[in-house]
Amino acid sequence: MASKRGESRVKVFRDWCKGCGICAAFCPGKVLSVDKQGNVRVDHEDECINCGFCEIHCPDFAIMVYPREERPPFEANIEDVAPATREELHKTRNSNSK
Amino acid sequence: MAKVTQLIHKYLRHSKRFPHVFCPGCGHGIVLGSLVRSIHYMGLAKDDVVLVAGIGCSGRIPVYVDFNTIHTTHGRALTFATGIKLANPRLKVIVIMGDGDALSIGGNHLIHAARRNIGVTALVLNNHIYGMTGGQSSCTTPTGSFSTTSPFGQLEDEFDISRVTKVCGASFVARTTVMQAAAMDSMISEAVMHPGFGMVEILSPCHTQYGRKNNFKTCVDMYKWLQKSSTPMEKYRELPPEKQEKAIATGIFEKKDCTGLEEKYARMRKSLRGEN
Repeated sequence: MASKRGESRVKVFRDWCKGCGICAAFCPGKVLSVDKQGNVRVDHEDECINCGFCEIHCPDFAIMVYPREERPPFEANIEDVAPATREELHKTRNSNSK
Repeated sequence: MAKVTQLIHKYLRHSKRFPHVFCPGCGHGIVLGSLVRSIHYMGLAKDDVVLVAGIGCSGRIPVYVDFNTIHTTHGRALTFATGIKLANPRLKVIVIMGDGDALSIGGNHLIHAARRNIGVTALVLNNHIYGMTGGQSSCTTPTGSFSTTSPFGQLEDEFDISRVTKVCGASFVARTTVMQAAAMDSMISEAVMHPGFGMVEILSPCHTQYGRKNNFKTCVDMYKWLQKSSTPMEKYRELPPEKQEKAIATGIFEKKDCTGLEEKYARMRKSLRGEN
């Protein structure tokens, strides 16, 4: 899941973000920050290691992390995302609990 | 990781107003995302999934997703789900309830659904309080914590939801928190795929009502508390008793093979018709 620094981009959808600050508080690379108005800003995009914490823990589905070379994939098809097998699910679960 | 968010957007009802109604930082949104991801990973069609919800903050979750959804009366979500499952066993029925919905008003239905082992999955979102009605203490409010109706600390002991359902005979019982979203994905999919009654207790913090009265200034403080106190079952057993009180055991507590009520019913119907 995790990759090298500087390989991913982080996109925050301002319209959906409520500024709760979970993403900024738990980001291991301090990529995100919340200013006084409650807006989430992407400060150090190069530090992102694509751990995916912010993306799956955002209650409002307002963050997207995607590979740097790709265009922002706003219109992806469901079929593009292959269903994970049981084993893969267990792997992600075990790596998460460490 | 990249396509998780677009995936969720594909399952949402975009005619509903977004962002959703939950408070900023409420864990219910994380549960909604996890539910969508696990249903997608299991490869279920939208038409084969039924979401049943009761009343409360958690009752708003099915409004936003494009499955078959039904918003039922207070505490009776499991009874509606029982009817749906028996009428059409092909459907995967997932019941979303809050702690007040599942255990206070609907406690009777929860224990009997667990006893019958009907093949539905119950997600109980435990936020330790009646959040929507103004922060009154519920049957899961921990002893000594503060709420609108217990300004000097809760006197009563709280329900342990996982233990209750396990004792009543549910075939799959697990507990997780919204901080472990990846674990929650796999637990929900395991519970849905497991025959018989599956119950996943999800600790989802209510910082608006519970947190502000119990020394959690922001929602982030509550999430840090969840991260610190949740302990895997194996580690929890080895802890000394004074530390066990503060820790929250997470993991799969019960997983037994059994035949769901709907299967038994189908078999009996066949044998009575002489189709065997």
